[in-house]
Amino acid sequence: MTGALKGIRILDLTRVWSGPLAGRILADLGAEVIQVSGRVTVPRADYPPEVAKILAVFPDNEPGERPWNRTSANNDFHRNKLGITLELNTPEGVELFKRFVKISDVVLENYSPRVMPNFGLDYPSLSQINPAIILCSMPGYGSTGPYRDWVSYGTNLDPASGLASLMGYPGEEAHMSGNAYPDPIAALHAAGAILTALFHQRRTGKGQFIDLSQAESATSLIGEAVLGYTLNGKIPPRLGNRHPSQAPHGCYKCEGEDKWVAIAVSTDEEWAALCHVMESPELIDDQRFADSAGRCENQDAIDERIEAWTSQRPHHEAMRLLQEAGVPAGAVLDAAELFANEHLSERDFFWEIDHPEVGLRKYVALPMKFSKTPVQKTAWESITNMFSQKSWGFPKMRSPSSNKRALSATSQLIREIASTIAAFEFKERSRNGLY
Amino acid sequence: MQALEGIKVLDLSQLVSGSYCAKLLGALGAEIIKIETPARGDQARNAGPFLEDTPHPERSALFLYLNTNKKGITLNLETEAGVNIFKVLLKDADVLIENFKPGYMPGLGLGYETLEKINSSLVMVSVTDFGQTGPYKDYKGGRLVANALSGYMYINGNPEREPLAGGGEQPAYQGGLHAYAGIMAALISRETTGQGQYIDVSIMECMASIHQFTINRYVYSGKIQNRIGNRYMYSHPTTIYPCKDGYVSISPSMDEQAERMLLLMEMPHLLEDPRFETGFHRLAHAEEFDELVKPWFLERSKEEIVKLCQEWRVPAAYVNNVADLLDDEQYKARHYWVMLDHPETGMRPYAGPPFKMSETPTEYERAPLLGEHNDEIYLGRLGLSRDELEKLRENGVV
Repeated sequence: MTGALKGIRILDLTRVWSGPLAGRILADLGAEVIQVSGRVTVPRADYPPEVAKILAVFPDNEPGERPWNRTSANNDFHRNKLGITLELNTPEGVELFKRFVKISDVVLENYSPRVMPNFGLDYPSLSQINPAIILCSMPGYGSTGPYRDWVSYGTNLDPASGLASLMGYPGEEAHMSGNAYPDPIAALHAAGAILTALFHQRRTGKGQFIDLSQAESATSLIGEAVLGYTLNGKIPPRLGNRHPSQAPHGCYKCEGEDKWVAIAVSTDEEWAALCHVMESPELIDDQRFADSAGRCENQDAIDERIEAWTSQRPHHEAMRLLQEAGVPAGAVLDAAELFANEHLSERDFFWEIDHPEVGLRKYVALPMKFSKTPVQKTAWESITNMFSQKSWGFPKMRSPSSNKRALSATSQLIREIASTIAAFEFKERSRNGLY
Repeated sequence: MQALEGIKVLDLSQLVSGSYCAKLLGALGAEIIKIETPARGDQARNAGPFLEDTPHPERSALFLYLNTNKKGITLNLETEAGVNIFKVLLKDADVLIENFKPGYMPGLGLGYETLEKINSSLVMVSVTDFGQTGPYKDYKGGRLVANALSGYMYINGNPEREPLAGGGEQPAYQGGLHAYAGIMAALISRETTGQGQYIDVSIMECMASIHQFTINRYVYSGKIQNRIGNRYMYSHPTTIYPCKDGYVSISPSMDEQAERMLLLMEMPHLLEDPRFETGFHRLAHAEEFDELVKPWFLERSKEEIVKLCQEWRVPAAYVNNVADLLDDEQYKARHYWVMLDHPETGMRPYAGPPFKMSETPTEYERAPLLGEHNDEIYLGRLGLSRDELEKLRENGVV
């Protein structure tokens, strides 16, 4: 059994998070994804210890000699990919890239929209080389329109997309997510769009250009709120963790430091069950709390009673007691608790992957379980084993480059990359039965 | 030609997750048959916001938005006749999307093992709160619980206050998005093998996998990321500042961007201050930094600030609410809002798919009324007679 996308080759030019995650999803699904990095995309090499500690991305906060091979983000986002370095701002680099395009299915990039045309690598040029090629561009605001050249990060798109306007403490300002959430939203849409184009390509032999906007990706996940505004004329207020028509609905303090449990009651039955678990059956008969409307109105009083109960016990215990009684509840997990979570462990959510420069580490799964085409859990058997890989040697989970020499487009490097492209071309012809 | 022309999808979804997935497939050209319970319909019809705030099953924004490009039929799967009719529909379906509790479909005799025997090329996806297996599989989920158990909520909000859930229905949408990618991968694989398959998507896992920085950092260095307020963990100022007429978002996360920002603000002396030397230093002294720069923002309008910053290539953006989004120049220029007419709610703007495909256009049709396409599917497609359909209606099957 092999991954669903076996036989599909993808050139991934992306940086930061949104693009590399999109590429990684496709790699996890079994595509052959070649991460193409240039000098500017490789992180700097000199991290003072205090900076390394703030970043917290290196094993034991040690950047090592080749920090680009030791950052957790790189090793996660580039897992299951092959890594090469190639300078697209040199004519030789562009020529080599075009040879790759000829034998690939997809080019994925998240530069600002001027960059690919500047390289001479816009969609018309690529499609001339290979009419079946799919180019997916995913700049912040899309490839057209007045903001097309704006610089932006996920942290900007959070407020720009409207997402932040729906998050925040009651009556306070719009609140950004803690993790630049628009990035993974764009990644998932990009992966889906590329797969859709690949499906069409398999059927017709035709490639196409996908123009994805990261801002629009995020707004699409609050489409009902925008439509809703046109129906009732109301801008949704920020409610913290409360619900406009259901109560109690919130996040309650538990025993221990910064421990919380979320409780979301949506029916009278769940309310009664909650009262029983809290051993406060008198609340069930309290007329103020008899229905959702009443409970919403008197939520402060209810919250006080709930917190008096939750604060006496660990969050996991509160969750278990409530769930066993049929009340929707969830412990608010931090990274360590998530990592130790019994449910996630039993479902094999953490994958252990070996890497030559950081050793055996755990990473989150691609969260889809396929019955017939399981996702790639570890780096695949790389075809680069067939060839000498002096400057970018490790086949498994390769992050950009392995040494500084490889970062310059010297003639030596070009020769090596050329020989590797020849290897890919050889593989392609073999597959087509030409050898 | 649309990308998914000829692909037939049965959508049994309630609320958000499966419905968003099917909506995307529909916009890309697949034929979606949304199957709802007679009389009651999808629970999304009972969730607001509603036209003029008055509950009505045909006037819910949640339902209307999530069910564009679908045909709507009613069918009671909790009857024998309903199950049989469903099996006939399934014979030539390519995809089945459902988001019932684990065990519900097998309980109806409609588990994947059974359906696979009727149609071996079927791709079936189940999107549930916790997946089909594991100790939490029968737990009750939902938006807030998923925010909590996925670890997503712990990192959102103010460190001294309670964690904050994300806005809207983010966990369910993530489930739908992953299901969309999973279905497409399975359809591509099927082109070669002819075989369908089953895909199990857990919303808790989807949410836990998309803030993996937190997990990566814990695994690599033992760091437990905490809440940091309206800031970002790596550099400052990545934040929202109040300005003359509202708020602006700025995030000069590279030091050269921050330098350009201070130059354009005519505050280059701050660059000399050791407290503000790098993004990390500024983060450690964020309050002091904010005190110094806030007046500059308060004297200027959001448009002035965003445009000036962008001229200097400093990442800045508007802080939009749902009303602002409809007026946004960029969205207008890209025709992101699609106007759709609906008999109960009139002409309204709908958010389109956030990508444009050069060869295979996306198309839009309004959501179906409850049972709107019963005649078309039952009489036209399945060849039932009017009498037979009437009888099914009387027996509560349709």
